[in-house]
Amino acid sequence: MTGAQPKLLRHETVLAALTMIAMAVLASLSDKFFTADNLLNQGRLMAEVGLISLAMTFVIVTGGIDLSVGSILGLTAILLGVFWKNLGLPLPAAIVLATVCGTFAGFVNGLIITRFGVPPLIATLATLALYRGLAEGISEARSVRGYPEWFFFFGQGEVLGVPFQLWVLGLATAAAAVILGLTPFGRATYAIGANEVAARFSGIRVNAVKLWIYTASGFCAALAAVIFVSRVTTTRSDMGTGLELDAITAVVLGGTSIFGGRGTIIGTALGLVLIQALKNGLALSGVKGDGAIVVIGLVLIGAILVGALFDRNRGG
Amino acid sequence: MSSAALSPGRSNLRRFLTGYGQEIVVLLSIAALFAVVGAVSPRFLSDTNINSIFAGNAYIAIAAIGMSMIIMAGHIDVSVGALIGVIATIAGTLAVKGYPVWMAWSVPILFAIAVNAGVGTLVAYTRIPSIVVTLGMLSILKGGLISATQGEWITNMPAEFMIAQMRPFGIPSAVWFMVALTFIAAVFLRYTDFGRAVYAVGGNMEAARAAGINPERTVIGVFALHGLFAGIAGILFATQLQVIQSTVPPNLELTVITASVIGGVSILGGAGTVIGSTLAAILFACIGSALIFLNVSAYWLRAVLGLMILATVLADMARRRRAR
Repeated sequence: MTGAQPKLLRHETVLAALTMIAMAVLASLSDKFFTADNLLNQGRLMAEVGLISLAMTFVIVTGGIDLSVGSILGLTAILLGVFWKNLGLPLPAAIVLATVCGTFAGFVNGLIITRFGVPPLIATLATLALYRGLAEGISEARSVRGYPEWFFFFGQGEVLGVPFQLWVLGLATAAAAVILGLTPFGRATYAIGANEVAARFSGIRVNAVKLWIYTASGFCAALAAVIFVSRVTTTRSDMGTGLELDAITAVVLGGTSIFGGRGTIIGTALGLVLIQALKNGLALSGVKGDGAIVVIGLVLIGAILVGALFDRNRGG
Repeated sequence: MSSAALSPGRSNLRRFLTGYGQEIVVLLSIAALFAVVGAVSPRFLSDTNINSIFAGNAYIAIAAIGMSMIIMAGHIDVSVGALIGVIATIAGTLAVKGYPVWMAWSVPILFAIAVNAGVGTLVAYTRIPSIVVTLGMLSILKGGLISATQGEWITNMPAEFMIAQMRPFGIPSAVWFMVALTFIAAVFLRYTDFGRAVYAVGGNMEAARAAGINPERTVIGVFALHGLFAGIAGILFATQLQVIQSTVPPNLELTVITASVIGGVSILGGAGTVIGSTLAAILFACIGSALIFLNVSAYWLRAVLGLMILATVLADMARRRRAR
């Protein structure tokens, strides 16, 4: 672990520098970019992917992957709407129940992966289809709208001038950083990713740790769903499509090894900020929204390539 | 597998069943589906419906052949849906601009081969995992496509360009392509040095190297071949309807990966056949069509697919465990 530490820091330093440069360039391209309003608003848009990326960091550090998060988000959103509108539950109860269901979806992923030894890529590919399918089947592509005014606080409200969901994201990031960096659970997560068999023999309850992590991934996706619905004021079954790729991009860009064993929450946070800054800054300076996707793809491959070359030069 | 091969007392049939277990399961599912749904609703067996099942989904089966090779070699490609969208758009644009038809067909295919050879080179020599490279590629292709076309549809393509709508000997050309390419790929994988190298690299890269195989070149070759199949799939996709929507077909990469996995390609690499993946693509198409004929809402299609993948994977895992 000690050998890997400077290398990790190096990637994050490179990433932080890259983010600064991107910010500076984008600010010089458009005067609207570096305003408090714009930055806070971007933080609002970042929260949903951000929450999911935090859990995804844990998942990828164990050497796994969770492709079903976008579908869990969609399913939770649909259930929230159905519980409230069609079953007539009070909205707070609907929110809690839908979140429980989303968390349970993550728990099921964990069970399939740990009980049956199914590779995470395949298990969550299957549940990606299954959960999205349930969302489509239950909703029959009908949207739910007309939520009461107070519900929009989660996605549109502010506390002390900062968007509500940015507080949530900030707290969650701090919690995730502490858990991954400073607790036995975090060390177990790294150990599983570095060598699962060795982790098992050194007394780590590998399956229990993984089950917790996939369940947490479902919980984060469910939380993101509530914020999403509140922000856009409607519920649709295609919500969150492709979100898993955004989250994985942020995590991998943040320096987490897709093979597991390496990665930090700070890296993921930097990756998130860089992606959002690129999307927003390029749009503000006149590049059409989809040009930004191209740049993100290039940055992803480029950042990993540079990282891989660094590793090779250091004899890693 | 090994136990069947080692015990001489077992019959050839048994050995055949063990070797092609997954393919036979998929084939029987298709047969059962046709029998049951056909009995309930005879129109399911009508020419038009069977035609639309096979011809309309042939491009998915063809893309799944390439994907199967990628997975057998121990890799994955999540950008294939975007690539097919890009190919269809390039082909349609060339055809509408008045370029000769052979160019409208071949240029996009060469483009697909070049793109994927590039991806393969990155994967092989920098050791960046294929899921990361193709994730980046997905962004690049998708963003590039929408930026370039602004989502405008392509229409009024010349009739001689529409290869998927031609019917040599009364059978849609897409079906000919699907059958021929599956057969060629199956023979190629089984009987050529390169084909065996694909399995070897997917099974154990270092062992393959020790056996004199160049794993890097094999990986690049597999990606280039996958580009060829994706290219052909893209041309068929472009020409099956009168309009090209110039967008990335949603979830196409998942459908293609799923067909490969259900067809028996082990996601752990080193095993599987392309016959299985083609059969699985047909099975999906049949299920989609059957749901409509059974008056099940089409909205449930994806949930059924998801359950099927899950069931297949769990059965595969159980079988593996028993084999051990």
